[in-house]
Amino acid sequence: MAVKHSRFDRFLLSINVIFLTLAVLIVVVPLVYIVVASFMDPTVLLNKGLSFRISDWSLEGYQKILSNPAMLRGFGNSVFYSAAFAIVTVMVSVCAGYALSDQRLAGRHFFMTLFIITMFFGGGLIPTYLLVRQLGMLNTVWAVIIPGAVNVWNIILSRTFFKGVPKELKEAANVDGASDAGIFFRIVLPLSKPIIFVLALYAFVGQWNSFFDAMIYLEDSKLHPLQLVLRSILIQNQAAPGMISDQLAMNELKRLSEMIKYSAIVISSLPLLVMYPFFQKYFEKGVMVGSLK
Amino acid sequence: MENTVKVDQRAAVLKRRSPVGRMLDFLKKNYFLYILLAPALILTLIFKYVPMYGAIIAFKDFSPIKGIMGSDWVGLKHFEKFLNSPNFDVIFMNTLKLSFFGLIFSFPVPILLALMLNQIRKTSVKKNVQLFLYAPNFISVVVIVGMLFIFLSPTGPINQIVSGITGKPLMFMSEPEYFRWIYILSDIWQAAGWSSIIYVAALAGVDPELHHAASLDGANLLQRIRNIDLPTIRPIMAIVFILAAGGIMSIGFEKAYLMQTSMNLPASEIIATYVYKVGLQSGDYAYSAAVGLFNSVINVVLLLTVNFIVKKLNEGEGLY
Repeated sequence: MAVKHSRFDRFLLSINVIFLTLAVLIVVVPLVYIVVASFMDPTVLLNKGLSFRISDWSLEGYQKILSNPAMLRGFGNSVFYSAAFAIVTVMVSVCAGYALSDQRLAGRHFFMTLFIITMFFGGGLIPTYLLVRQLGMLNTVWAVIIPGAVNVWNIILSRTFFKGVPKELKEAANVDGASDAGIFFRIVLPLSKPIIFVLALYAFVGQWNSFFDAMIYLEDSKLHPLQLVLRSILIQNQAAPGMISDQLAMNELKRLSEMIKYSAIVISSLPLLVMYPFFQKYFEKGVMVGSLK
Repeated sequence: MENTVKVDQRAAVLKRRSPVGRMLDFLKKNYFLYILLAPALILTLIFKYVPMYGAIIAFKDFSPIKGIMGSDWVGLKHFEKFLNSPNFDVIFMNTLKLSFFGLIFSFPVPILLALMLNQIRKTSVKKNVQLFLYAPNFISVVVIVGMLFIFLSPTGPINQIVSGITGKPLMFMSEPEYFRWIYILSDIWQAAGWSSIIYVAALAGVDPELHHAASLDGANLLQRIRNIDLPTIRPIMAIVFILAAGGIMSIGFEKAYLMQTSMNLPASEIIATYVYKVGLQSGDYAYSAAVGLFNSVINVVLLLTVNFIVKKLNEGEGLY
C-alpha cells in the first residue's frame, strides 16, 4: 500500500532527488575527468582543459604505460600477491570460523577473545617489523602474504555463516557414519561457496589496493606490487626508469610524466571498477553478514 | 536387575577415569576441529601476540647484537623523551584533530545518504545510484592521493577555476591549513557511499505499513523519518560510532603519509607517520616502538570509554 504524500512531502522528495543527483555527480565527475584526460594530448590538457575533439586526443599515455617494464611487472606481481593472499587468508579464516562455530570446541570463547583482542590492540609497527625480519621474511613474497593472513573480521563473518547451517544436516551425516572431516569437506564447504567467494573478493581487492606492507618489507623493486609503482609515478613524480631517456628536454619529461599519470590510474583501477558492478551484490552481502554478528 | 548393576558399574568406571584420560577421549573425538583452528591460532600467536611481547622493546635500550631479550631495561626513558620532545604537542594534536574532525564530519554523511536513498521508490533507479556511490570505495589510496595531487595542483582543474575568480592559485597540497580538509573531504568522497550500505539495508527492512499508517495519521515525511526510520537504525549507529571512535588514534597511516609534502608537515605529521620515520627510516627502534605503544594504549582506553558512554546513553535517553 503506497504512502500518501502531502504537498510538503513532495517538495521534500524533489529536493531529495536534486541532492542525490548532486552526490552522484560529485562521485562521477572526477572519475570521468581522469578517464577523458587519459586520452588527451597533455599540452592541450594543460592549456585548454578537457576537450572532446578527436584531433586533441592521443593514445600516447597508454602506449608509454603499457610498454613500461616496471608497470607490467607490478601488475603481474599484484595479480599474484592478491590471488595468493586471497587463497591463504580465506582458507585460514574459513577453517577457523567453522571450528569456532561448533559447540563441541571446548575453549571457543577463549579462542574467540584471543582473536578479537588483536582487532583493537597490537604490538605495533616496530615489533612486527623486527619479527618479520628475524624470521627471514624480508624481501620475500611471504612478508606480504603471511603476517596479515588471519583476518578476524573474516573469521567472525564465516562463523556467523556456519552457525546458520542447520544442525540436522550435520547430525544426519553423522548418523550415516560421516567423519568430522567428511562433514566439513563434503557437506558444509559446498554449501559455503557464496561466503567463500565474498571473502575471497574482499581479500583480493584489499591486497590489490594496499602498498604499506610491500613498502616496508620489500626492498627489491622487482618484487614491488602495482601500487608501489603507481606511487612513484603519481606521487613521487618519478616516471619509472627506462621510460624516458635522459636526453629529453625538461619540458618533454614533464609532459610525459603528466600524461602517464592519467593512463596509469585508469589501467590500475579499471579491473576493479569494471568487475565491481557484476559483484556488487556479493560485496553488499559481505557487509550485511558482518552486521548480523 | 543384574544388567542395571553392570551398566552402573561401567558408568562408574568411565567417571573414574583421570582428567587426562577424559581429555584424550575428548580430543580423539573432536581433534578435527582443533586442526581446523590451528593455522589461524598459530599465525595469530606468532604475528600478533609475539609482537605484543616484543613491544617490551619500548622499555629497553635496543641493541641489535643483544636482541630484544638481552637488551638493557631503561624503564620509561623513551616515553619521557617523547612526551618532553618539542614535537610531541604538534604530533599528538595533529593525530587527535585529524581523527576527531574526521569522525565528526564523516559519521553523519552515510546516514543522510541512506535516508535519502530510502526515499527512492523505483528499485532500478536506487540500484543504479548505489552503484555509482559505492564505486570510489574500490579505488586504492595511492590512486586517491594521486588524484588529489592532480586535481589540486597549482595548474590543476580546481585551481583553474580558483585563479579564474581570485587571480591566483591556492597551494592546496603544500599549505598546512588545507591538509585536514582535503584529507577528510576526500575520505567522505571515497567511503560515505559504501558506509551507507548497512543503514540502507536496515531501512529496507522497515515494514511499509508503518509509513502508510503514519501518513494516514497525518505525519509528514520528516516526522516519519524521525519517528520510524531513525529509531530503526539507531542501534547500528551506536555500533558504528563506537567502532569509529575506538579507532580514533589509529587513523590510517597510508593516506596521511602519501599526502605529506615537506611543506604541509606541520599539519600532516601524525603519530603513525612519525613512528614509521623514526623507526624504520632512521632505525631508532626502541624509541619509535614506545611512541607506537603509547598510541595503542590511548586507543584502547578511548575505545573502552566511548563504549561505556554510548551504552549508558543508549539505555537512557538515546543517542540523539
